[in-house]
Parts: sequence; C-alpha cells; structure tokens
Amino acid sequence: MSSQVTSPEITHAPEHASGTGRIWKTFWVLSFLTGIELGLGYLLYYTHGNWGYTAVISTKLTIAVLTLLKAYYIVSVFMHLGDEIRNMIMTIIVPLCLFIWFITAFLWDGNSWKNLRNTNGGSHPAQTEQHTVPAVEKDAKP
Amino acid sequence: MSTTAIPTNTKWWNGGRSPFNISYGKVMMWYFLMSDAFTFGAFLISYGTIRFSVNHWADPNHVFNAFPGFGHHNLPLAFVSLMTFILIASSVTMVLAVHEGHKMNKKGVENYMILTIIGGLAFLSCQAWEWTHLITGDHAVLVNGHLEHWGTTVSKNPWGPEVMFNGQEVATPGPIAFGGYFFGITGFHGFHVFSGVIINVVMLIKTKLGHFDQRGHYEMIEKAGLYWHFVDLVWVFVFLCFYLV
Repeated sequence: MSSQVTSPEITHAPEHASGTGRIWKTFWVLSFLTGIELGLGYLLYYTHGNWGYTAVISTKLTIAVLTLLKAYYIVSVFMHLGDEIRNMIMTIIVPLCLFIWFITAFLWDGNSWKNLRNTNGGSHPAQTEQHTVPAVEKDAKP
Repeated sequence: MSTTAIPTNTKWWNGGRSPFNISYGKVMMWYFLMSDAFTFGAFLISYGTIRFSVNHWADPNHVFNAFPGFGHHNLPLAFVSLMTFILIASSVTMVLAVHEGHKMNKKGVENYMILTIIGGLAFLSCQAWEWTHLITGDHAVLVNGHLEHWGTTVSKNPWGPEVMFNGQEVATPGPIAFGGYFFGITGFHGFHVFSGVIINVVMLIKTKLGHFDQRGHYEMIEKAGLYWHFVDLVWVFVFLCFYLV
C-alpha cells in the first residue's frame, strides 16, 4: 500500500489496512452493544414499579457504561484515533478528563437542590421521594 | 491498521516534524471536535442537573412511543432505535469512503459518500417526523381543575404526574424545562447532522471534480469523516440521556 505524504512534517506515514474487516467487525460490535442497551431499556420498562431504587440505578449505570464502550469503538476505530501516536491520543483524552468532575459535581448539585427543596432547606424531613410515573399502555390517548 | 515501525527514540518535540504526526488541519479538526464535545457535554449535564433536582420527570418510554404508520400503538424505543441504526450505518459508509480514499479509488469514495449523505438525510427526516409528532400530538392535561389538550413544546409539558379526575387517570403539567432541553439538544444535534450533510455534499462535488486526485491525497474526506463520526458519537449520548434512562 502506497503511503500518501500529506505534509512534510509527517515523518511516519501510517500504513493503511487493505481490507475492511475491522470496520465491519466494529459495526457488528456497535449493533450488538446497542441491542443490549435496548434490551436493558425494555427490561426497565416492563419491570417498572416492581424494581427497587438500587436495581433501577444499577441498570441505568450499566447502560451508561455500554454507551462509553460504544464511544470508545467509534473514536478508536471509526475516527482512527487508536492508530495515531501516543502524543496525539493524549492531547485529546487528557482534556476530556474534565468531564469526570463536570458530571459528578453538577449531578451532585442537582440532587442536593432536590433534597433542599423537599426538606424546606433541611428544616423538616423529606416528604416526597423522586419517582417516575410508570408508562402504562392504557392511557395512550388519541 | 498497523503503523510502520516508529523508532523508539524518536524525538517528537525537537522541531522539524509534527509532534502529533498528523497534519495541521486534522489536529485543528480534533481540537474543534473537543470543544464541541464540551458544548454538548455542558448542555447534557445541565439537563441532568435539572432532571436530578425535581421530584418528577417525564418517562421517556411514555413520551417517545410512536412509530410512523402505526398510529397510536405503544412502541417505546422503536423509532429512536431506527434513528440510531441509521446513524451507525451512515458512520460505516463514511469510514468506508475514507478507506477508499486511502486507496485513491475515486469511484469508491463517490459511492460511499452518496450512501453517507442518504443516511444523513434519512436521519433528518426521522427527526422532522418525531418533532412534528411531539409538537402536534395532543394529550389531556388537568390545568386548574379542567382538562386541556397540550402538545409537547418548549413552553408546555403534558407529561407531569398523574392524578385521578372524574374517575380516570389524567396527567398534570410537568416541569417546563423538559421541552426546552429536548428540542434544544436534539435540535443542536440535528443542526450538526444538517451541516455534516452539507459538508459531505461539498466533499462529494470536490471528489467528482477530481480535486483530491490532483492534490494527490483524500485527506479532506478524512476530516469530513471525523466531523461525521463525531455527530454519531454525540447521538450515542443523546440516545442514552433522553431515551434510555
């Protein structure tokens, strides 16, 4: 495979794969992961109201982890970041670590906001718990 | 893909070579996408904060349960799965176009770019249908003691907690933020898909005119591809935050 040099500063032109096997494999992996996510989504839907808080949260966290796995495959294979040199990978991944704080701090804040509202600023015990009204088939209105 | 063996003692930062070993344009596309990731991230995290702060939020299985041609059948997750699949498929055709570009195969690039553009347009059509369905759909809502019929808009949320009214379960108005976040974030994503389609059309025209053959490489297809894959990447998270959990 002839390597194309697009710029004189690029000193190591990557040798591109000749086949498309890896692309299709990634396609099936992504479809499979989406399938599992949907399966868990339907599981949540059909057991809603019967499952406890912990079971629901664990299932949702599992779905979030599967989403991160999908993101890894898209970035690494489809966007070819996995084929770049370490310097390039780090300049993208390290700044994105800010998201760890970003998500934790703000969801924590939202939850604290709810608790303060439900307890009137902590002056009385919580009266309402967060719950989602289950979707019931009969009330699909025309 | 394997890279040619890089000497272990390569001095990447001594000048004369790109320390990232990719061209300026591609580095800048990556940095743009990183900033865009923070924009989308901020939107989604803001949505999460508000959702965590209220006692009741609309159940996505309840709100997004329609499929074109199936009337009022209750089909949660079905239509959005189709949209997800369309974007994954168009990502595959995009990466295949990049692959053909590496092989300098003009015809192959053209064909896969056309398929990618069709995928993008199909996704946008699905989103147009979904928005229309939500905005024009009408749902009985109990407002100040009498029933009204609301669609889902940025100022009306008919998916609040249900109460008993005249012997039947009726919804009350839900948090007003729901419509704003849903239409704002999916709209911003849809705008990215739209601009991605425009970029892909430009790339298809430039391929047809032979610009990349003259230039000796198809790197522009790779840059357009990075943008297109990013749009798919964002959808993966929108799918998670709005439809699955």
